[in-house]
Parts: sequence; structure tokens; C-alpha cells
Amino acid sequence: MRRVVLPLLGLALVLAVWTALSQTVATDLPSPAKTWAESRRYVLQPFFKDGEMNQGIGRLAFYSLLRVGKGYLLALLIGTPIGFMLGLSRKFYETFDPIIQFLRPISPLAWLPLGLVIFRQSEPAAVFTIALCAMWPTVINTAVGVRSISQDYLNVGRVLRLSRFRMLTKIIVPASLPYVFTGYRLSLGLAWLVIVASEMLTGTPGVGGFLWQEYNSLVYSHIILSVITIGAIGFLLDRLMGLIEARLKAV
Amino acid sequence: MAYLDVRAVEKSFVTPRGVTRVLGGASLTLDEGEFVAIVGYSGSGKTTLISLIAGLLVPDAGEIVLDGEPVTAPGPDRGIVFQQYSLLPWMTVRDNVALAVDAVDAALSAAERRRRTDEFVSLVGLTAAAGQRPRELSGGMRQRVAVARGLAMRPKVLLMDEPFSALDALTRARLQDELLGIWTTCRTTVVLVTNDVDEAILLADRIYPMTPGPSAVLGPPIEVGLPRPRERRHMSLAPPYQKVRQAIVEFLRACRRVS
Repeated sequence: MRRVVLPLLGLALVLAVWTALSQTVATDLPSPAKTWAESRRYVLQPFFKDGEMNQGIGRLAFYSLLRVGKGYLLALLIGTPIGFMLGLSRKFYETFDPIIQFLRPISPLAWLPLGLVIFRQSEPAAVFTIALCAMWPTVINTAVGVRSISQDYLNVGRVLRLSRFRMLTKIIVPASLPYVFTGYRLSLGLAWLVIVASEMLTGTPGVGGFLWQEYNSLVYSHIILSVITIGAIGFLLDRLMGLIEARLKAV
Repeated sequence: MAYLDVRAVEKSFVTPRGVTRVLGGASLTLDEGEFVAIVGYSGSGKTTLISLIAGLLVPDAGEIVLDGEPVTAPGPDRGIVFQQYSLLPWMTVRDNVALAVDAVDAALSAAERRRRTDEFVSLVGLTAAAGQRPRELSGGMRQRVAVARGLAMRPKVLLMDEPFSALDALTRARLQDELLGIWTTCRTTVVLVTNDVDEAILLADRIYPMTPGPSAVLGPPIEVGLPRPRERRHMSLAPPYQKVRQAIVEFLRACRRVS
């Protein structure tokens, strides 16, 4: 009972503050009622398409998810092996760790123009940016996971004289999997965070692109619609990864 | 020449507080098919000695020869049962044992390896639990899996590092009896490290007491001389049992007084 009532109460409070703000201080801010009235078509017919930038929110979210999916997959494909190498080889670690620590804090906004220069098209540039920003948690968690494998497990492999390949597949990968997956989850969160920035700057169709376009067309209620959609999808993605992670850790 | 010959091995570790000399020239010999126990206080260097024989550590001085071959690296001919079981938690009981069978008998067919795996699982009485993962098992069952894995390596010598010390007293006694039974049938050469004098007497042919560290060495071996097959309930009353027990306890006490 409490678990339902209290979150609903929180929601009601936020809506009340939002309404109050829109009627007093920030009069340009659409009220919840106005937002709903202007957005209902986008929500209730989520897959309509009137033009490149005027589509139902389901369609826009699908484009964004597809883009994030590509960038995220690329991040995992690049980040996982780098993470394993960092964890396994002292020399590799000493060679590349300073560069990684240096690249890690660079904002997606800084990478995007570079991506545009390299690829000359907005779509691959966006995917490149997402991949580059999202891969660090995977790299770092994988490396930490490999380095924190219990010496006991490694000794089992040494006593059995397992080949390098079997050592990797039978012991190192499964032992570090929980850490790797924590990295995957954090990476997905980051990938979703980056989507908005990259779509804004490239103007590609998607939730972020829509948000920026509606800002330029002065349809502020659709900004709020986009923000809510981004939040909802981010939340769902995190929950989904959380479920998979919990299953893995139960082993 | 002895089957396993440990000659005056020394080992020191560098710690933040300086160099600790754990072993100061420990020696022991072992014939094929013999069961030898090393008894000593906790922290005296028994695990270090086992790790040296296993090849997981390299001695600073001295040498270890098994069946004519000097020990330089770990290998399945020195199967080991670790104190903390060291089962791989993501594998079932059968897979944990199969890992050893597959590594040692790589030349055999998959069906034959599977048959051997099942054999070792059944040897320790875990056929019913073969599909379970370690965390679903009790401590005693886990240690049985570790014993099965150690035996599945079909080692020249099976090294056991305080295998039952993490178990409660009742389970411990039961596993000792089971190990006694298994050893009677397969007669593997065993080095058992323990801090339990009674466990050593029940199981071993010979017992080496270890002096408390640092610079631990092994005292002269004490022959147990109790007839086999042995049974716990008759043993503690037997005069040889009392004699051996007293000899070990006195040796360990005397060392402690000196140090």
C-alpha cells in the first residue's frame, strides 16, 4: 500500500510545483495540463509520421534507441577486450592506462565535431560519439574485475596446467563476469545520456533531435514531452540491465 | 631414493615490516603409496611448504624432487586440495571435477571422460548433487568436491592443506572417516597438512611435526604404527595411539618453549 501511495504522492507534489511555477515565475513554461493537451497525439498515436521531424514519440524513441544500440554495441566490442587486456597484462596497463585516464573525462560535446570531421555524416558521427563516451565504464570495470580474481581460482588453473585459452574461457571470463556486467550497465546509462547531446548537435531524427527542433519552433510543451520520454526510457534500460546483472550475480 | 624428496627448502617473504623467513630448511621424504601428515601450529608455514611442493611458489634454497623429476612449476601430478576449497562457483559439482578430468585425460573420448568424472563424483558420494553449484552445498559437501577434483587429477602425490579445518567438529570427523575409506581403496600418496594431532594420527602412516615459525623446520618423523584398516572408535584407547600423541605434543611444546 505504502509503496504505491508514497510515490504517487511524490508525483502529485512535483506536478503541483510545476503548475505553480508555470503560473507564477516561469510563465513561458507550459503547465502539466497544457503539456498533455499539446502532446497527447504524440503519446496516444506513438507511431504516426507526418514528416522527418514530426513523428509520434514511439517512432522517435525507436530511432534514438537504435542509434544508442549501435553506439553501445560498438562500445562493448571495443571496451571489453581493452578491459581484459588492461587486467591481464601489466605492460599493457602501464602503456595505456595514462591515455585512458586522460580520455575518460572528455565530454561527448567535444568528440562530436571530431566525429563529424572524420565521418562527414551525422549518423556515424553520433554513433562514434556514443561509443567513445560509453565505453569507459566497461573498460575500467572489466580491468578491475580481472585484477580482482581470487588467486585461488587462478591456482586451480595453474595446477591443472590449463592452456591460455581454457584459462580465459573457464576461469578468467566467468570469474570477472559480475564486474564486467556492472560496467555494461553503467555504459548503457552513459550511452543514453550522450544520445541527447549528439542528436541535438547533428539534428538527426530522434528524441534529442526532436527536443532541439521543438525548442527552435517554440513548442515548449514538446521539450517537456521529450525530457519525460528520455527519463522513462533511461529508467527502463537501467532496470532491465539490473535484472540481468542480478541473475548473473546469483550464480 | 624416496618418491617425494623435499630437501632443506627455505622460503622468505618480503612484507612491509621487513623480510620474514617462513621456512628455514624443511626436509621430508615420502615413499610411494604412503600417507604422511605435517602437524604444526597455525601460521607456522605449513601452507607455504605445501605451495612449494605444489610448485605454486619457488623455494629460495633447497630442492624438491618427485619421482626423479625436480619440481619447477605447478602441475596435475601434484593434485591439491586447498584449505578454502577453491571450487569454481560458476560451475556445477560435475563441471568442477570435469575440469580436472578434461585437463588430465585430454586424449580420451568425451564419453570416457564423462564416465570418469561421474566415477569421481560418486566416489565422494555426491552423485545426487552433481548438478548443483557450490553455494548450494554445505561446507562438508564442498570439501568432498574438492577431494574428488584432487583425486581426478590422478596425482602422483595428493597435497591436502588443512582440508577440514573450516568444518564443524561432527562434519570434520565424518569426512576424516570418509577420506580414510577412500584412501584405503585407492592408496594415493598423500601429504596432509593439519593442526589437528588426532586427525594426523587417524589418517597418516608417518607424522612430521613442524616447529613454530619463523624459520620453521620439520622435526624427525614419528611412525604411527597403528594397524590398518583403522577405525576411530577403537583407536584412541590403543597404547600406540597415546604414545604417538604424546611424542608429537611434547615435541611441539618443547619447540615453543625454546622459541
